[in-house]
Order: sequence, then C-alpha cells, then structure tokens
Amino acid sequence: MGLYKYQTEDIPKTERITKLVDNLFAKMPEIESSRAKLITESYKATENEPIITRRAKAYKHILENIPIVIRDHELITGSQTIAPRGCQTYPEFSVEWLEKEYDTVATRSADPFYIAPETVKELKEANAYWYGKTTSDLATAYMEPETLRSMDHNMFTPGNYFYNGVGHVTVKYEEVLSIGFKGIKKRAQDQLESLTMADGDYQKKRSFLKAVIMSCDATITYARRYAKLALDEANKCSDETRKKELLIIASNCARVPENPATSFYEACQSFWFVQQLLQLESSGHSISPGRFDQYMYPYYLEDLEKGAITREFAQELIDNIWVKLNDLNKCRDEASAEGFAGYSLFQNLIVGGQNAAGVDVTNDLSFMAIRAAHHVFLPQPSLSIRVWNGSPQELLIKAAELTRTGIGLPAYYNDEIIIPALQSRGLTLSDAREYNIIGCVEPQKAGKTEGWHDAAFFNMCRPLELVFTNGMDKGEQIGPKTGEVEDFKSFNDFYDAYKKQMNYQIERLVDADNAIDLAHANRCPLPFESSMVDDCINRGKSLQEGGAIYNFTGPQGFGIANMADSLYAIKKLVFDEGKATLSEFKEALATNYGKGLANEDIADLTNGVAKGLVEAGKEVGESEISAILKAVVEAATSEKAKANGERLLKLIEEVPKFGNDEDEVDYFARDVAYTYTKPLLKYHNPRGGIYQAGLYPVSANVPLGKQTGATPDGRLAHTPVADGVSPSAGADVHGPTAAANSVSKLDHGIASNGTLFNQKFHPTALSGKNGLENFVGLVRAYFDQGGSHMQFNVVDRDTLIAAQKDPDKYRSLVVRVAGYSALFTTLSKSLQDDIIKRTEQSTYNPTM
Amino acid sequence: MDNYLQTKGRIFDIQRYSIHDGTGIRTIVFLKGCHLRCRWCCNPESQEYEIQNMTIGGKDKIVGEDVTVEEVMKTVMKDLPYYKRTNGGLTLSGGEFLNQPEFALALLRAAKANGITTAVETTSNADFKVIEKMLPYIDQYLMDIKHMDSNKHEKFTQSKNELLIENAMKISKSGLTELSIRVPVVPGFNDTPEEIRAIARYTKTLPNVKRMHLLPYHNFGYDKYIGLGRDYPMGSVPSPSNEKMNELLEIAKQESLVECQIGG
Repeated sequence: MGLYKYQTEDIPKTERITKLVDNLFAKMPEIESSRAKLITESYKATENEPIITRRAKAYKHILENIPIVIRDHELITGSQTIAPRGCQTYPEFSVEWLEKEYDTVATRSADPFYIAPETVKELKEANAYWYGKTTSDLATAYMEPETLRSMDHNMFTPGNYFYNGVGHVTVKYEEVLSIGFKGIKKRAQDQLESLTMADGDYQKKRSFLKAVIMSCDATITYARRYAKLALDEANKCSDETRKKELLIIASNCARVPENPATSFYEACQSFWFVQQLLQLESSGHSISPGRFDQYMYPYYLEDLEKGAITREFAQELIDNIWVKLNDLNKCRDEASAEGFAGYSLFQNLIVGGQNAAGVDVTNDLSFMAIRAAHHVFLPQPSLSIRVWNGSPQELLIKAAELTRTGIGLPAYYNDEIIIPALQSRGLTLSDAREYNIIGCVEPQKAGKTEGWHDAAFFNMCRPLELVFTNGMDKGEQIGPKTGEVEDFKSFNDFYDAYKKQMNYQIERLVDADNAIDLAHANRCPLPFESSMVDDCINRGKSLQEGGAIYNFTGPQGFGIANMADSLYAIKKLVFDEGKATLSEFKEALATNYGKGLANEDIADLTNGVAKGLVEAGKEVGESEISAILKAVVEAATSEKAKANGERLLKLIEEVPKFGNDEDEVDYFARDVAYTYTKPLLKYHNPRGGIYQAGLYPVSANVPLGKQTGATPDGRLAHTPVADGVSPSAGADVHGPTAAANSVSKLDHGIASNGTLFNQKFHPTALSGKNGLENFVGLVRAYFDQGGSHMQFNVVDRDTLIAAQKDPDKYRSLVVRVAGYSALFTTLSKSLQDDIIKRTEQSTYNPTM
Repeated sequence: MDNYLQTKGRIFDIQRYSIHDGTGIRTIVFLKGCHLRCRWCCNPESQEYEIQNMTIGGKDKIVGEDVTVEEVMKTVMKDLPYYKRTNGGLTLSGGEFLNQPEFALALLRAAKANGITTAVETTSNADFKVIEKMLPYIDQYLMDIKHMDSNKHEKFTQSKNELLIENAMKISKSGLTELSIRVPVVPGFNDTPEEIRAIARYTKTLPNVKRMHLLPYHNFGYDKYIGLGRDYPMGSVPSPSNEKMNELLEIAKQESLVECQIGG
C-alpha cells in the first residue's frame, strides 16, 4: 500500500498471459489478402456513389465477411488476421510499393513479413483495380512539380500519409463505453432528422450521417459474428473452464460495443473492438488509446465496490488487452519500414496527470497499466506517464521501476509545458489539461482533434547543403539561388541564406502535406472513425474534411543538434575567429572531409557536371563522362582534400557543441530550431487548421541521415543525424544533467507537436531505492526547466552488442528507439549501431 | 567584506551527476593532493599537488587547474534543479580535501550560502583543528577507514592510522555531521573476515554513525597509472567476488550494528 490512497502492490502475472505472448511470437508475421479482396469487391460495386457512402459500404462488406478467429486462451477477442501479428493491406491508399516488393518483403532487414504465393496472386488481382485510384495518386496530382522535385531530392518525406491512412487519433472511447454504438447511431439519426433542405450542404451531410449509421451497424454485426463464433466454439469445447470463458466472451460480444458496458470486463471488450476496428477501417498507425486509466476507471471501481471483480482478474484483462495491442500489425513500404522500424503501431496509452479541473487523477488503473507492461513486456502499447507538480511520487517510482527493466517504457511527459503549449494553439484550458499523447510524442485533446501529427519528416540538414551549392543538388536547381557561399561577408549573410533555403523547402513541404490532406478528404473519408470524434456528427462532416473541433498539421523537423553545431562552427571558425574560410568548408563538404565519397555521390556529382555541360550546349559522350568521373574521384581523394578535411575536422572538434550545458551554443541552438518551428506557424491546412512543428525523428534519423551529405559539424556523409532534440551522438560529454540542461534551453513550447529527448542509461544508474529516487529527480528537474518529453534506454552496451551478434538469444530484448520501443533484433543493423552509439550515460564512481 | 568566493585552490576534475557519494544527484569536485599513497587508489593523478601531464587514449591531458571558488560554484550550480529535487549538492573529494583547508572551507560555505547540501569523501588524516572548523558546513561526512592495524595501514598507504582513527571518534562525538564509514575492500589487504570485523567493531564504538559502506576494489585506475608513466601497483589482482562481498557485508552488519551496504 502506498500512501493509503492507491492500491500499488504488484499483482502477479498469470500463466494465461505467458501462453498468449508465446502464441503471438510462434511464427513470423504474415500478410493476408482478405481485406484487399473485400474492399475491391465493394468498390467495384459502388462506383457511381458518393465517396463517403462507398467507404461505409466497403467497411460493412469487410466486417460482414472477413474471416474471424478467437485465439486460444484469450479473454478479450477480435483479430484483424487469422495468423497472429499478421496484417491486412490497404490498397485504397497506395499499391505501387507492394507490387514492387512482393519478392523482398519477406527478406528485407527492417520488419519482414511472410507472404504466401497464393496471397501474392490474390493481392495482385485486387491491386490491379486500384491503379490511378489511390489517395497517393490523387495527392501527386495535386502537388506542384517543384514539390515533387524536392521530395525526389530528399528534402523531406511525407511518406506516412502519402502511402497510408492517417491514423494518429484518439477517439471518444468513453462515449462508446457509456452509450454504445446504439447510442452513437441514435445521435446520427437525430442529426439526420434535424437536417433541412434549406442547408446547402444537405446532400453531403445526409450522405455522411447515413455512412455513420451504416458503420455503427456494421460494427455491431461484426461483434455479433464473434458472439456466434464463441458460442459455436463453446459448444464444441470439452474443457469446462475454457467452455465457460467462451460463453462469457459470447455474451460480452453480444452486448458490446452495441450497448453501454455494464461491467469492467465488457468495457475491456468494447474498448478492444473500437481499437481494432479503427485499424481495419484505415491503415493509419498511432491510433492511440490515450487516457485508458481515466475512461476505464468508473467501470473498474463500480465492479470492485460491488464485489463483481477481483483486482487480480482486472489485471489479467488489462494484460490481455496489452497482448492484443501487440497482435495488430502493419506492413509498410521498405523505406518507411526503416523509418518506423520495429513493427510498431505507436498505440500510445497514457496514465496519470490532471483532469479538466486541474486535479491529479492518478488511480489504481494507472498503476495496473504499468504492471501490465511488466507482465507482457512487449513494445505495445507505447506507455506514457504524465508528470506535473501534483503527480504522486509513488506513481513515478513505479514508472522508474519499469524504466529500469530496459523496456524503454514509459515515456515521461511534462504537463507544465504541454498544457500551455496546447492553449497557445487554441485549445481551451480544460481541454488542454485533458491531453493525451498520440503516437510518439504528439499531444492533443482526445475525441476533438484531427491532428495530422507526424505529417512529414523534414531534414534540417539538407537546406544547409543547398547554401553551399547555391541551391543546386545533383545537377538540379532545388532551392532558391542564395548566392555563392564564398561571397558571404558576415555570418548573418550565411544564416540568412540558410533561412531562405529553409523557408523555401518548408513551403514545398506544406504543398505536399496539403495535397495529401485533400486527397484523403476526397478519396478516403472515414465514417467509422468520424463517428467517435467531435464535432463530426453535429457538423455532418467527416474528420478528413474538417469535422473535428481542433485541426492541425504537425510535420516534424530533425537534425537540430547537427544544424546548431554546424552553424555555430561556421560562425566561430569563419567569422569570429577567421581560422577557416567558407570555400574551405565547401571543399571539405563536397569531398566528405577528404574521406572518400560513396558511389552514389560520385554518380550524382558526375551527372551534375555532365548535365551542366549539356545545358551549356556542350556535347557529352561516353569519353567525356569517364573523364568527369575520373576528375570527381581524384578531387575527392586528393592529398589537398584530405589535408583540408583533416584540418577542418580538428578545428571543428575544438568548437563547443550543443549538449554540454554551455549557454552560448545552447541558446544558439534555440534560435536555430526557430528556423523550422517559426515559419511553419503561418501556414494553414485544408481542414481549417494551422501548422505546428514537432521536433522528433521517430527512427528516421538513420535512413534519412543516409541521404544527407557531410555537414559542417564534422558529421560525415550518410551517417545518422542527431536523434530528436538530443545532442549529436557522442557530442555530449558532461553527463545526463548537462545534456538535459542544454536540451531544456530549446523552446519546447513552440514545438507544440512534441519534442523528443532520448537518454540512455546503464542499469546501475537506477539500482536500489536511491537509484529510482534520483532517476525520478532527474526527470522532474528536467521538467522544472521546461523540457517536454523524456525517454530512456536502460541497457548496457555489451548486451546490445551481444544481441547484435546472436539475435536468437535476444529475441525479446526491447529498446527505446525514438518515441517508441521495439524489439532490438528486428531493427536494421544501422539502426542497431546508432542505438549502441548514443551516449551511454552510465554512473561514474571514480574514487573508492 | 569576506571575499571567500575568490579563494583559490587546485582541482583536477568536476564530475556532475554523481549518484553514489552522498544523497541525491551531486557534483563532485576533486581537489588535488593527498598524503596517502594507497596502492589501490584509482585516481593516481590526485595524489601529487603538482600539476601533471597524463596520457589518456593517446592524448596528453594536463591534470590540475588553479581555480577560484566562484569559478567552481558556477559549474556546481548548473545542476541546482536536480539538487532541489533529490536533496543533492556538492561533494568534495580528492585527493584529500583537507589538504587545501582554506579553499575547501570556502567551497563548503559557498554551497551552504546557495542552499545546497554538502558532503565530503575523506581519510581525515589531518589535525582535528582543521576538521573542526569545517564540520558545521558538512552535511554528510564519508570517511574511509581502511585498516585497524597501523603497521599494515602504513605498508599499503605509506601512512599510520592512529590520527585518523582518533579523528573518527572526535568527528562522531561532535554530532555536527552525518558520519558514514567507508571501507575499500582490497584483496590481500583487508578482505578477510577478521580485518573487516575489526573495522566494524570500531565503528560500533563510535556514537553517531549513519552507515557503513563496503566498496569493492576495482581496477578502473589502471590506464591512469600507465598514463602517468607509473607501474600499476595492484598488478592483476581481481575485484572481490560478489559472494565475498556479501559474506563481509554480513560480518559488518553483525559487528557494527549500523546500516551496512555494498557500494556508495
């Protein structure tokens, strides 16, 4: 017992949970084709109908016909696929990538999926229908050519929503629990009845509300199919215990989610259907359960008080949900798979924090959620903890105990920064106080927001490359002409050029995101999801068309630390101290500090020169090309290039770096972050909302780093860029408090779509009661200084290296990647290396 | 006005985020110079007062820097938010902080003036008059007792132990600070049950002792000896095993009757 307010004793894990987890990992995840077949059938039959009607009919067709299964031993039921951890495909968003990757999807390094030859055949048949009909196709048509060119040149990538559904939402689970889909349907019916022909949008609203009603019915039908299956299985079951369980499952599925939940168990089943079906309707990830401990609590409390449930059984149900969250899966294209590595769905579930009135509402379920993570010990859900001055210490200590296991959970969030940040974006105080986290680190108000968090990865390093080339990349003019770098007379000239390059690419990014946004509204409005977000029903409008109360677009920038260190190095070495010139830097970057170029760079440079010659009217044949090639290779590896590169690297090493608690460079970094966060604020999205920046990379800092040339902070070409707002790997040498102080000097409030700060600890740093208390103190003190988010990897380096060598022995090793946890052995080698390299903040005891 | 912030002293390192030497998250300031020459010392660069060159990782490093209290406190106070949340603060270590009494006292006073807690790690091999002046400014006093046999003590540290044994009693009797006794457990020197028992028994006679720590020997200092051009005095002696440490911990508990733990 804690301070007599909470039940905090740990409840033991049951055998059932062990079995459920074992079954989950019995074989490799598999792609199934049933959804693709069904949606294609439906679409073919509805071609002349309004899109919202087509979506509802397709949803209904899928739910009535998709094969269903009740997994052995489970208490909560509902699965997307027959095989555990399998995935369906979503051809309405994109098909090209899968058509190209059938042969490699099982063998690729990041997130491989088995695919049966029969499935390939069926998917090919289905996909053939979708060419030219996907959101991706339409988005491309909406974009300006310059935007497509910027994307080709890897200035940013909106891959997430360009190829997939949006997801990134938390719906009103509490409303489903309290009124059921029967109640939601009634709301839609009432609204439908109140429509008048005087309304110019009558037809649109009517179609939408009918689509909502159809989706509610389809959902109820789906649950009843499970009820029937459970009953059938119960009748066949010879094990009396299991038979009883199946009968209860049957009765639960017959009641919910159609009706209000009358028990905690029913609430769990109802929650699960919503969570699962949101992901069957569209392929979006980061569909986040949000404040599970809040909306589930009334059902738990009531059952507990009337003696209808034991804490042990409630824990087992929660554990079962945790297992189910890991049963959902998604296959992405190969490049995106690297960016989101680890089969992660980012279903963020948050506990603790304040209610709308500003009172701390930590409860027993908050503790049981943490316990469930211990029991299940898998990456999902992405567990988060809200921290504020009113947070009970015992909750944070329990959280720290989970952190100590090395699972990379939970992530810690600071109410004191996030609430005002959300208010500054137009949320009411009471809505802001009830925020939860979407996906990795993105705060929003559940049931009222279409946040489009995670709208793109913007690589802040690429515009700096363009400053050195006057806007040219691989022989094409990609950015504005900001002048030859040798001509800049002051640091401000240089910095202005960077800002111009940034602004231009930011504008391209907005064009890309808004084009995709429109494509989703036009081609994939989601009636089921929209039925659970305000104010879609009242407005008669889907989420995708602006039905939500709060609308945002949140693309995330990354590489802050690299840009801060780079620009600071230029300022110091070139302009303040005169130790180097910009042309020396230009040469060093072009030759990768004389360390040799990758083949792709050589090809790009050669093409660039050849193209220039052609444009200048010169004839370029094979012999010219080989001469250029030779010159390029020689220039990059010449003694002069090597000497210049080495000299500069030495000078750069001496320049202070972000992450060491030195005010000058840290506040400089704050200003550099503004080059991304501020310009975004002026843009609007088609749903009537504004743009807001995030500063976090998911795991894209590795693959996108590969697309980035050398940078003036001494980073070599194609190596990872810095992770989130964290200092560059190895640049922070004064320990975790110094790094945290530096990071806290950034403006976390303006990056209201979230910032991500990763620290890696050796387990000894959290050993014993003192270790936990000091750890909690570290989190609190970072938050006292204005930090927004903090997460931790607690593993020793040797363990990671051993796991890399012998993955079979470390299948269950979970690490924090960036905003989420993943099984270490499922990550690509380069991402594994990056995680190993991130500064290990171990404890240090130099004296005896 | 008393300008103690300008007092100068010689340090060789400042280590932030130290969580094993005193309460909470602390910053350790390492003062240079020590009378003892413990064979197992893992900071050989701390022993000489003179500024030295040490080669670490192929690079030369100047060890030792003359700084004012104000300069040191600028770094120490950077972690104020962490001290506040964990009751942490400044720890003086070394070397032997008592070898620079004026500087050390000024540092301790500055810490107190800034509202943070103070701790010291020391052998207390100094005139009690020097120690006495500091005590009102020291919240936690972590004192080494390495061996009860003065001759063996001298053999391994080049110093007799009578003075420090006597100081331990005086410090403890003063009641001015929270005293903990720390014992480096060094194979071949003091790792027998009898030797630990002797220290624990003496600890029992001290009137105010918070805790007894057994700190297992490690060889992390090896590279530094080489970097200073010295031989490593401990050769290839391994760290004491966990079983051994647990066995000694039990003895310490039984004999000292105070709280005992392995590690800081």
